[in-house]
Amino acid sequence: MLRVALVGQPNSGKSTLFNAIAGYRAIASNFPGTTVELLRGRALVGARPAEVVDLPGTYSLLAGDPAEELARDYLLSGEVDVVVNVVDASLLGRSLELTLELTELGLPMVVCLNMMDEARRKGIHIDAVKLSEVLGVPVVETVAVRGVGLKELLAAILEARVPNAPRYSADVERALAALVERLAPAAGNSKFPPRYLAELLLSGGEPPSGAELPDLSAEVEAARREIQVGRGEDPALVIAAERHAMALRIFEDVARVTHAERSFRERIDSLLMHRILGYPVMVLVLLALFYGVFKVGGILEGFLLPPLDSFTAAVEGMVPGPIGKVLSGALQGLWAGIGIVLPYLLPFLFFLAFLEDVGYLPRIGFLVDGLMHKIGLHGKSVIPFLLGYGCSVPAVLATRILEDERDRLVTAALAVMIPCAARTVVIFGLVGRYVGPWIAFSLYLLNIFIIAIAGTLLRKFLPGMGPGLIMEIPPYRLPSFRAVLLKVWLRLRGFITVAWPTLIAASAFFSLIEVLGWTRFLNTLLLPVTWPLGLPAEVGVPLVFGILRKELSLIMLGQALGTVDFGAALTGAAMVVFTVFVIFYVPCLATVAALWRELGRRKTLLVVAGTVGVAMAVGLLIRAILWLF
Amino acid sequence: MFFNSFVDLETLPPGHRARVVRIEGGRGLVARLTRLGVVPGAEVKVVSRAPVGGPVLVEVNGAQVALGRGVARKVVVDPRA
Repeated sequence: MLRVALVGQPNSGKSTLFNAIAGYRAIASNFPGTTVELLRGRALVGARPAEVVDLPGTYSLLAGDPAEELARDYLLSGEVDVVVNVVDASLLGRSLELTLELTELGLPMVVCLNMMDEARRKGIHIDAVKLSEVLGVPVVETVAVRGVGLKELLAAILEARVPNAPRYSADVERALAALVERLAPAAGNSKFPPRYLAELLLSGGEPPSGAELPDLSAEVEAARREIQVGRGEDPALVIAAERHAMALRIFEDVARVTHAERSFRERIDSLLMHRILGYPVMVLVLLALFYGVFKVGGILEGFLLPPLDSFTAAVEGMVPGPIGKVLSGALQGLWAGIGIVLPYLLPFLFFLAFLEDVGYLPRIGFLVDGLMHKIGLHGKSVIPFLLGYGCSVPAVLATRILEDERDRLVTAALAVMIPCAARTVVIFGLVGRYVGPWIAFSLYLLNIFIIAIAGTLLRKFLPGMGPGLIMEIPPYRLPSFRAVLLKVWLRLRGFITVAWPTLIAASAFFSLIEVLGWTRFLNTLLLPVTWPLGLPAEVGVPLVFGILRKELSLIMLGQALGTVDFGAALTGAAMVVFTVFVIFYVPCLATVAALWRELGRRKTLLVVAGTVGVAMAVGLLIRAILWLF
Repeated sequence: MFFNSFVDLETLPPGHRARVVRIEGGRGLVARLTRLGVVPGAEVKVVSRAPVGGPVLVEVNGAQVALGRGVARKVVVDPRA
């Protein structure tokens, strides 16, 4: 089996290409670094079956972040027969720097000049034949979104060649040669090319894990010092600058730049990125997204749930006694999942993925970066935050796009306090319905306010913000429908496979507890929470089970109070306090699992404890305010 | 506007071009900027600046890159070149 790896910078259309040639399992993204997982697919190259791997988008192989490290380690794992370097032709000059890094790996390679249409629009005319001569590898022109040039690309994979390695200035080459000489004997039984290792060491990088190298620290130090003295600059910078110059030279040799069309997209951008108008437009876009999704979702849910509920009632009628009760509990959990996913989560994730792939989300990141600084974060955190309004699980997973570990922790800790679709159901089902829609809406503003305060506090206790925003703003692109759907599916998968079963089991379990008559005991245990908040004791169990799944707390509130007419059973103030507590306290189990995976046990426990503290504090505060007025 | 000497990217007003002279930051920062083509010798153009201490939008190598103010301050450029 031929093993082919797709490597390219973020937004080079790599994932779209993967979708087109190797099936339906990649996630195409217009936000730098979102494809952190490896994606595999099968394709026929000529007559040969091939395994195609889509590596995360990387700007370089210097292994500065997890995605780059993964890409580099995979390329050097010895599991790759052919490297396909996917290049955004409209950014050829910059993209060639990664191409040059790849040439040093000594693997057979093909360069795929993707987005040729966009390059032409920008007035960049590329001589592919000449580029092929310079690099010593086949060069193919494609437009992956429209399927142009894919056949030629597959044919070229069979013609892949080991590229010409770049030559640096004499002093750098001399230092490299000396190191290569020392490395070569050891590298004989290692899969890492000695020249690549030499360059890595000279740049001051750590050798890849698994590279068993002789101790060259003295030699490396001497070589580094020599270049440092000779050039007055760090060798890493010297090499980077030379590679940059080389890429530029190749670009000038093979491409001709004529006048670019001033496109419609640029004019849109001057509005959407406007230093003043950009903000109202952003607020309008986001409000339209939320309002549209939840308004239409509410209507859909109204059609969806009654038949399901009458089904539950029918089952309960047919199977009398405790078994029927438990069964009906399980069914309610099943329906609750449907009631969240179909009407709310699916459309929300779809439109958000669309905005992301069009390229608007990075722009939101640009616009809000200054504000995010106030809470000790950067513009990039906006993606996890926005996802948080859909579901906290993908929000926590999306913190991977942040480079800094501390930023990931703070973003995750704050993002789980954002009301997800499930909590939105509670907000509108309880407060919106019985107290008033404007009160419900103001809970969102309160939520943002509390998150801002929590962020400011975290900034005090966890200083050492990452170095700041460095983010590419990709051009607007019409994403392929398939790529958007795949992204939605990958984010939804977590809900369906983890959260939904939990929901069903928990709902059944709750009914069981009721049947067994343990409810009172649990409620008594929870008096320290419910009593200070001024909530009736029966609310305790629904609160506990909200940990399993937040929307459950509404269903269970109905069961606990023995009525779904909450207005008759609870005061307005109690409903508001209950809802506020539900918004902030411990994220649901599925989210805790996601946090555990991303942050580890200790930090997860900290986040969980912190959210309970915040929920209690805000709940008491609201109670006090409502009591005063 | 006329510049006599090196400035940093935070100071350079929108619409102006300059050549990167050096980056006054640690290895991590240098590496992250290098990846996006912001290296000594590269030509950059400031496209716009977000308000309230927001990032600077820079064009480099035909691509647009947003740099937080703190980052932009560390990129020294020569506006005359």
